[in-house]
Amino acid sequence: MSTSAIKPMTMRDAFLETLFDVMENEERSFFLSADFGAPALDKIRERMPDRFLNIGIAEQNLINVAAGLSLEGYIVFAYAIAPFITMRCYEQIRINLALLSDVRTLNVNLIGVGAGYSYVVSGPTHQCLEDLSIMRTLPNMQVYSPADHISASKLVDICIKNTGPKYLRFDAQTLPALYTDLCPDITQGFYVHRLGSSSISLVATGYMVHTALAVAKQLDEIGYSVGVIDIFSLSLFSTQALKKQLECYSSIVTLEEGFQGRGGLDALMAAFISRHNLPIRLLPIGIEGGYRFDLGSREILHGNVGIDSKSILERVRKFIV
Amino acid sequence: MTLADTLREKAKWVYQQTLQIHRIAPETRIASSLSCLEIFVALYYGHLLSFDSAQPFMPERDRCIISKGHGSISMYPILADLGYFDKKELDRVCQVGSFLGCIPDPKIPGYETINGSLGHGVGVGAGMALALKRKKANPKVFVVTGDGELQEGAIWEAFMFASHHKLDNLNVIVDNNHISMLGFTSEAISHGSLQERLTAFGWEYSEVNGHDVIAVHIAIKAMKEAANAKPKILIANTLKGHGIPFLENEKLSHIMAIKSEVLNQLLEKTI
Repeated sequence: MSTSAIKPMTMRDAFLETLFDVMENEERSFFLSADFGAPALDKIRERMPDRFLNIGIAEQNLINVAAGLSLEGYIVFAYAIAPFITMRCYEQIRINLALLSDVRTLNVNLIGVGAGYSYVVSGPTHQCLEDLSIMRTLPNMQVYSPADHISASKLVDICIKNTGPKYLRFDAQTLPALYTDLCPDITQGFYVHRLGSSSISLVATGYMVHTALAVAKQLDEIGYSVGVIDIFSLSLFSTQALKKQLECYSSIVTLEEGFQGRGGLDALMAAFISRHNLPIRLLPIGIEGGYRFDLGSREILHGNVGIDSKSILERVRKFIV
Repeated sequence: MTLADTLREKAKWVYQQTLQIHRIAPETRIASSLSCLEIFVALYYGHLLSFDSAQPFMPERDRCIISKGHGSISMYPILADLGYFDKKELDRVCQVGSFLGCIPDPKIPGYETINGSLGHGVGVGAGMALALKRKKANPKVFVVTGDGELQEGAIWEAFMFASHHKLDNLNVIVDNNHISMLGFTSEAISHGSLQERLTAFGWEYSEVNGHDVIAVHIAIKAMKEAANAKPKILIANTLKGHGIPFLENEKLSHIMAIKSEVLNQLLEKTI
């Protein structure tokens, strides 16, 4: 089945639809929301009221209660807007999830909706540009950043099977499907959309995978065939497979909808290249500078900070020569 | 020996042992470990908690979270005495290779959660209490906090949550010693009337003289047995540095270390 035939959906709805089916047969699952909904969440609330709870606008307590439930054996899903479920309650996450999971078994899955600029007209409080970096830095935390609803829905299985704390970063907008039900292999942690025939690859996460594919297409037109890799798991991935893949290239460009040079995807790739002694040049592309108060479409916002396909195309061209 | 005698005897022994630990490890917070001593003695020796030191995480145990982590060094002799670990460990607190540090963590058998950072215990305990309710399981959850810790906002999120969900299996005991690190808690952020505040938050409120171990035992027992669809909170009025005359109620007692000679004199007096 081609991906263009798949009906577009938000990541959260796809994830929650799959989760609903799993929760029906998994008595140990428990869903907590910090006063945040979704069309697909209504079914869980109605059909499993004893395993659903709106904790209210209280993210610190959301994490602490999630930890308490999980210590008692529940597989917990905690759901809120991305900046609030990561930054409002960071110390609770650090102490009662990341640190506590060193000594006690727990399974808490933080579902944050609103990656990057995806709440386009809500301003900087609702933009989430620091989360990849601060969540990655926590030991034991597994960070996932899918690029479409198919890969997002496949994370349900990982959430149930892998113990430990996890952070799932979901886009708030409906993005086109990139995958089918048959792929990708989530445990590999990344997927190669295009190999490319040159020695350069674009390595992207989340929404930026779509931008990377658009840029690659435009580069095709001017005679450069670049690779495109989707990194949807920033903590657990097949090191051997990624190393083997990167050995095909002498240059990579990282693309992330987050602050550049502050510990996100660029830092992950830079450390990977260095640890494995790979002879690769790296161009990190993300948001430079600080907070923005601009409103507009995703494309306009990305243009303002230089991460739209046009700006990236220019930078990649200069990087190639 | 009656239970009352046992409790008094154990309180004295734990006091001595706590001073001994402080002599070995002056980094430990002695003042706030003495204010809550009778609370721990009543809980652990008064048959108020169900536990099995051979299986620290047995599902039927009552959960006891010591949220005021730093001020719980007096728990070490209790846990050792009850068989959670070898008493010899008490001789090397804070030393290389020991698991008994200045701030306890759940690597210590008998501790449930991480407690070094304040304000977490009530929320995590509320999550446990909710889980136990949903599973229709009998164990109760106890959380011991300090009054300084009540300045943390996350605790009040948990207070609202617990009463809304009628978690009457959740029992919070406050070591109300009136002093935090920099002075009297009332000078930093006064709690005004804790009774009015906590009652307004939907909690079943009671108070006790926290150094009368028999009274503490009675109060905790009553609290544990009450099932009236409300979470319960017991304010144990205590003295920071209790049992060390010049430390008692001293503004800066939290960070004061006691000299060995003084500890020796105090220990001689109690023997």
